[in-house]
Amino acid sequence: MKRIEDFSLSDFDVLQEVGNIGASHAATALSQLIDRKINMSVPSVNCVDFNELMEIVGGHEKNIVSISLQVEGDVPGSMFFVLTPEEAVVLAQQVTGDSSIGVYHLQDHPLTQSALSEVGNILSGSYLSTLSDFTKLQMQPTVPQLSIDMAAAILMQGILEISEESDFALVIDTIIREEGNWNESVTGQFFFIPDPDSFSKIFHALGVAGS
Amino acid sequence: MTSTKTMIKVGIADVKVAQSLSILKTAGLGSCVGIVLYDEDKELAGLAHIMLPDSKASKNNKNVFKYADTAIDWLLEELLSKGSRRDALKAKMAGGAHMFSFKSNELMKIGERNIKSVHSKLLDYQIPLLSEDVGGSKGRTIEFDIETSMLHIKTINGVEKVI
Repeated sequence: MKRIEDFSLSDFDVLQEVGNIGASHAATALSQLIDRKINMSVPSVNCVDFNELMEIVGGHEKNIVSISLQVEGDVPGSMFFVLTPEEAVVLAQQVTGDSSIGVYHLQDHPLTQSALSEVGNILSGSYLSTLSDFTKLQMQPTVPQLSIDMAAAILMQGILEISEESDFALVIDTIIREEGNWNESVTGQFFFIPDPDSFSKIFHALGVAGS
Repeated sequence: MTSTKTMIKVGIADVKVAQSLSILKTAGLGSCVGIVLYDEDKELAGLAHIMLPDSKASKNNKNVFKYADTAIDWLLEELLSKGSRRDALKAKMAGGAHMFSFKSNELMKIGERNIKSVHSKLLDYQIPLLSEDVGGSKGRTIEFDIETSMLHIKTINGVEKVI
């Protein structure tokens, strides 16, 4: 098996396309859900060590809201939809129509929590099903788990499978952002981190033989 | 804590050794465990941030700082080479939380397994574990003040514990 740190630029291009396909449908799903225009960034694909991964989300100790799930099937891996607590509150308000939701509701308000989990479920489901249709590979998400905690504490447990055999993770990272006022807009970050064994299947399914 | 102390950051899968007037810090321990071995007389201490319990369970285990067993071996050697006597060493630890419940397989009990592995390694070396703050479901950031030998533990709720 080719090691992640030895991937070529064209391998990265393929994975960027993977992020593009998945996230554009997730952005559409979010747009329909909250009836607002959603833009997405060009996905970035990075091979990072564990400490660098935390820098992508703002540092080891950064307080984040993560809707985390495992991808099962042909391409096992981890997926995270990460928001700041403030962004999560805006999203929960928009989905539920309840503008009294505040940051303190994230920890112990069942409706806020289930609304956010459900958004994560819809978005990651749409990301994966599109990718699955495109590659003809089976990808099923597990039930997502909502966590509010330090970035490193959440993400490290999510990528344990990778850490057993590698010191690097390949992260396909896409930012989606609501158009308009930045202060009140929803911005979220999608991370898809395939397990090391999954890459050759993705490359093969997309007709890239080199790997 | 006075501002004259130097903060030394320990990353994920990392080990650092320092002397008095330093604070050893590692941030965002979830299922990972932070282990401090320290020598009060020499005011010398080391902190390891380990991710996995057992190097022998991995095929690619060159990174000795990643595993409880090999990181503790390395840390002990380093402290001995800097002049500590083995019978002067003590330990404190924190971490090993259970962050997710969505999987029932062995990997998800990694926090618990990390704790056990550290315990058994300390027992092998006869290093007394003076205090610990382990388990639960919350992330921790820890700081060890070498001068006072106290381990400060913070969670996102803002409550600080000192053990």
